[in-house]
Amino acid sequence: MSEANAAAMAAATLSTPSKGRRIKAGTVFDHLILILGALFMIVPLIMVFQMTTVPDVEVIKTGPSFKIGDQLDDNFNKAMFEASGFSGKNTGTNMLLNSFILGIGFAVGKIVIGMMAAYAIVYFRLRFATLAFWVIFTTLLLPLEVRILPSYEVVQRLGMLNTYQGLIIPLIASATATFFFRQYFRSVPEELVEAARIDGAGPVKFFVDILVPLSKTMIAAMFIIMFVYGWNQYLWPTMITTEEDMFTLVRGIKQITQVMEGNRIPEYGRANLLAIIAIIPPVFVVIFFQSWFVKGLTESDK
Amino acid sequence: MAQVHLNDLHKVYPNGYEALKPSSFHIEDGEFVVLVGPSGCGKSTLLRMVAGLEEITAGALKIDDKVVNHVDPADRDIAMVFQNYALYPHMTVRKNIAYGLQNRKVAKDEIARKVDEAAEMLNLGEYLDRKPSQLSGGQRQRVAMGRAIVRDPSLFLFDEPLSNLDAKLRHQMRIEIKALQRRLGVTSIYVTHDQVEAMTMADRIIVMNAGRIEQIGTPEEVYHRPASTFVASFMGAPPMNLLPGEIADSALRFAGMELEGCGREAGPIVFGVRPEDILPDEDGALMLDVEIVEELGAHRLLHGTMGGEQVTMHVGKETAVSTGPLSVSVVPEAVSLFDPDSGLRLS
Repeated sequence: MSEANAAAMAAATLSTPSKGRRIKAGTVFDHLILILGALFMIVPLIMVFQMTTVPDVEVIKTGPSFKIGDQLDDNFNKAMFEASGFSGKNTGTNMLLNSFILGIGFAVGKIVIGMMAAYAIVYFRLRFATLAFWVIFTTLLLPLEVRILPSYEVVQRLGMLNTYQGLIIPLIASATATFFFRQYFRSVPEELVEAARIDGAGPVKFFVDILVPLSKTMIAAMFIIMFVYGWNQYLWPTMITTEEDMFTLVRGIKQITQVMEGNRIPEYGRANLLAIIAIIPPVFVVIFFQSWFVKGLTESDK
Repeated sequence: MAQVHLNDLHKVYPNGYEALKPSSFHIEDGEFVVLVGPSGCGKSTLLRMVAGLEEITAGALKIDDKVVNHVDPADRDIAMVFQNYALYPHMTVRKNIAYGLQNRKVAKDEIARKVDEAAEMLNLGEYLDRKPSQLSGGQRQRVAMGRAIVRDPSLFLFDEPLSNLDAKLRHQMRIEIKALQRRLGVTSIYVTHDQVEAMTMADRIIVMNAGRIEQIGTPEEVYHRPASTFVASFMGAPPMNLLPGEIADSALRFAGMELEGCGREAGPIVFGVRPEDILPDEDGALMLDVEIVEELGAHRLLHGTMGGEQVTMHVGKETAVSTGPLSVSVVPEAVSLFDPDSGLRLS
């Protein structure tokens, strides 16, 4: 190789990094959009957080500001451990617990029921399986809000007002979960069922030993969707729970900001802090299950 | 080990499609029977009926003198190997093999012993703790085999087990499966659409077409004395040449050739001859106009026309060939005659 050639090559290798470092206008623009979007999402949250650090009086007087006060600790204690309202138990921790019970009960219940319904529809020779499926599917057109009065009456007559089962069971049947599991089960090769039959696995064993482990990514995906959905329920808990120790977080926050009677200032700091706490569990569920979530909805691991 | 009897086994699907016309045959203890036919001929349906995965519309299926028409697949003492292996993707190889035993409440140490034994037999020892997705096609097929043999069934069912493998591996597994079956002595039914597999593996071949059994016989019988034009054209690669001819004066006439002494009534006929039974012969009465020479290394195939019909001829590698007219003769004993209307063999 000639020297000139080598020199040219050296020059080329030298020039490449500087080329890479040159920032393109397009990249700047892309990042600008992303940053603006992120700010748009996060700023309200930061404002809420700021307001939890200052006394409630200041929130009334000035609204959100740049001032970081010293009330965070105080507000946190109040929010989590001090009961508001008339009865003694609706502290933040209690509401958090109620929300968890609702969210998890809701998600687990929907997954169990949805999976079993899909299992019946896909794997058993039922006479009107397809029809049954579409009937279930059309219930998507009848969300809770449409049927809330009859649902309330049923729950009330069953004596389930102010109970966890009253909160969870009426919402547990899920067309969405049934639909997703049905589609998933249909993609499981039929030979797997047949191999299991020859291996001596009955319907229950096949479901537990093979179908459930195979569906775990799908279950994770459903869990996220349903947990967040259950956690954020507002209307139904408002109808069903009248006793304050059954309140969920989402419901409880509203309750706190409403105490305007007399000369008391609404407890903004406390309510805002509860709002932030209410966001955290769904965020963690999403982060924790994220990779499974994507797999469950896109990839088929068979 | 078991004998299998099929008495007029019949399958009609609820939509009215007749997948299997009433069929009867009998499989001896330890025999390796291959069901072969084009896709949609009912061979898989037949196998699945024996397995208990398809309901039997009519007829009786007996395994070892016991009618099992309504016996659950798990209780028929059978094991099945599927086309796409049907391994449980979330279980390790060990668990895959052990699953059937676990469901039968076999003792733990007994399971471990049997799994190790099967793994050793199939060279799977080092893969026992892997998942099926980490194995190659051939290894997965071995796991499927392991799952079958570990149960000591009295009947093996194979549903096109090699069709997802590449040609080289297929060849190797063919021999392995056959050797394994010989060693274990288990009665086996093997379904394939590949006539080479059928020829090489079978003790007896059952050729099926359009839901009907065309012929049952040893590979030699099926190859040399096909029962119908369908069998003649399905078995063998390249297939038997089938040519329209005529019988007159108790001799077969075709394109100027006469074959004496077949003693048949005069009339049209189809006569069949295998490519290797056409010989180059300078004094031969037949003229093959060779159009294409197919070089296969060990031998050559000559494709051409004879009396206006497409004919394929097989010659050894030492025979010099070229395109153009070639005088040939036919081995008289090797000629098969078929009825032109029914396609059945006239013997």
